[in-house]
Amino acid sequence: MALTAPYVLEYTYRRSVGPVVGQFLTGLRDQKFLGMKTSSGRILVPPPENDPETGETLSEMVAVGDAGVVTTWSWVSAPRKNHPLQKPFAWALVKLDGADTAMLHVVDVGEGGMEKMSTGMRVRARWKAERIGHVTDVACFEPESPQAVTR
Amino acid sequence: MATREIAVVSFAQTNSRRNELDETEMLLPVITEAVKRSGIARSDIGFTCSGSCDYLGGRPFSFVMVIDAIGAWPPIEESHVEMDGAFALYEAWVRLQHGDIDAALVYAFGKSSQGDLPDVMVTQLDPYYVAPLWPDSISLAALQARAMLDEKRCTELEMAEIAVRNRKSAKANPHAHLKGDHLAANLLGEPYAVAPLRRHDCPPITDGATAIVLAAGDLARKVCKRPAFIRGIDHRIEPHALGLRDLTRSPSTKLAGERAGVGKGKIDVAELHAPFTHQEVILRDALGLGAEVDVNPSGGALGANPMMVAGLNRIGEAAQRILDGKANRVLAHATSGPCLQQNLVCVLEAE
Repeated sequence: MALTAPYVLEYTYRRSVGPVVGQFLTGLRDQKFLGMKTSSGRILVPPPENDPETGETLSEMVAVGDAGVVTTWSWVSAPRKNHPLQKPFAWALVKLDGADTAMLHVVDVGEGGMEKMSTGMRVRARWKAERIGHVTDVACFEPESPQAVTR
Repeated sequence: MATREIAVVSFAQTNSRRNELDETEMLLPVITEAVKRSGIARSDIGFTCSGSCDYLGGRPFSFVMVIDAIGAWPPIEESHVEMDGAFALYEAWVRLQHGDIDAALVYAFGKSSQGDLPDVMVTQLDPYYVAPLWPDSISLAALQARAMLDEKRCTELEMAEIAVRNRKSAKANPHAHLKGDHLAANLLGEPYAVAPLRRHDCPPITDGATAIVLAAGDLARKVCKRPAFIRGIDHRIEPHALGLRDLTRSPSTKLAGERAGVGKGKIDVAELHAPFTHQEVILRDALGLGAEVDVNPSGGALGANPMMVAGLNRIGEAAQRILDGKANRVLAHATSGPCLQQNLVCVLEAE
């Protein structure tokens, strides 16, 4: 007779995100994007703990806008099961207003397809109603409508 | 500081494909063959270093399982990098600089087909800002390709031509996985995989293993007619945040190439680890390779892309051309991370 034993695969650790990533994620919960200011005055979003050029420890976090410009993008017509959107969508690097670097997220163009996407287009974050301090608190970005610009 | 002369004296690789073998079964014949070809007794190999990835095996310390393939007795001095085998070769080169041993064995293995590879690659990304979105490896490469097209650094037709050239070259390589004759214009009629990348712009999912034996100066000359001497080797890395980088350039490759001395002489053959077509354009630019350089006569990573092995294969394929007397000065490049984040450049020469 074969012997059997239960096997539970688990990750029995709690991970701490630390002061910088933690502040950024807490900001998302409050519908705010935070960037990190470097000694040369650049604002990096998402914020790193150290200056990528000098290695200096950074701590001055500043708010940036929740809309910005697409610097590059790719188009997924058949989403994979783990993708944040289960309809055709774009991956994009988005440089938020006030930031000097771009962050990765997804763009939902609504009706239509790839023809709605272009480098340099403006997009705005669509927030989830229930936010927990996670990068997916931003449901996606959406093309910014002309009305939204003046809002 | 003068460096000790180290040469590639033998190279062996599996016939790359998706196979039914486990990692040890892939490795055993390859290691046996490389050691045999080297003419160096196993007992004279002072250091062994490997490159592989636990996430491909889906289990921790998966590299321990393959110790069977190198022989666990008598005890050996052994190390491992959770990287492409090219970086294991770098460690072995450094180890040989100590001067107390004269030969090293380097090997790499990857069973890329065991999981859903584009998703498995997500595990290498920033766990807080990026990985929770599950950007697969093809989607990220496509962001880089779009940036190249926007900057007019290449066209979709040129990308297709790179695929055509590599897969044609792969026909002459019995170890290659994806080979054949295509017309670039026809390929452009195919649908996008993740736009602007089409299927032909992407590498195959390949299982494979490779082994290389390194030997220091006098031993290399004794066992090998035309050792491929490593005249320069260097690796550099860029920030992991994609938005901090100019994705259309590879400053880490440029710097590694300068420090490896690429420009000190004419390059006959360059083996570039460019899994995606547009990446070949970026690497050629970063290394200053003109049209006269024979790039990827093996078919490159577009011809066979065993994960953790394809970079070491570039060193092996380039070195083999020296061993065979077909080239005098060659360049090999290996990459790691998304969108060419980390890059190694190695220059090898005949005497």
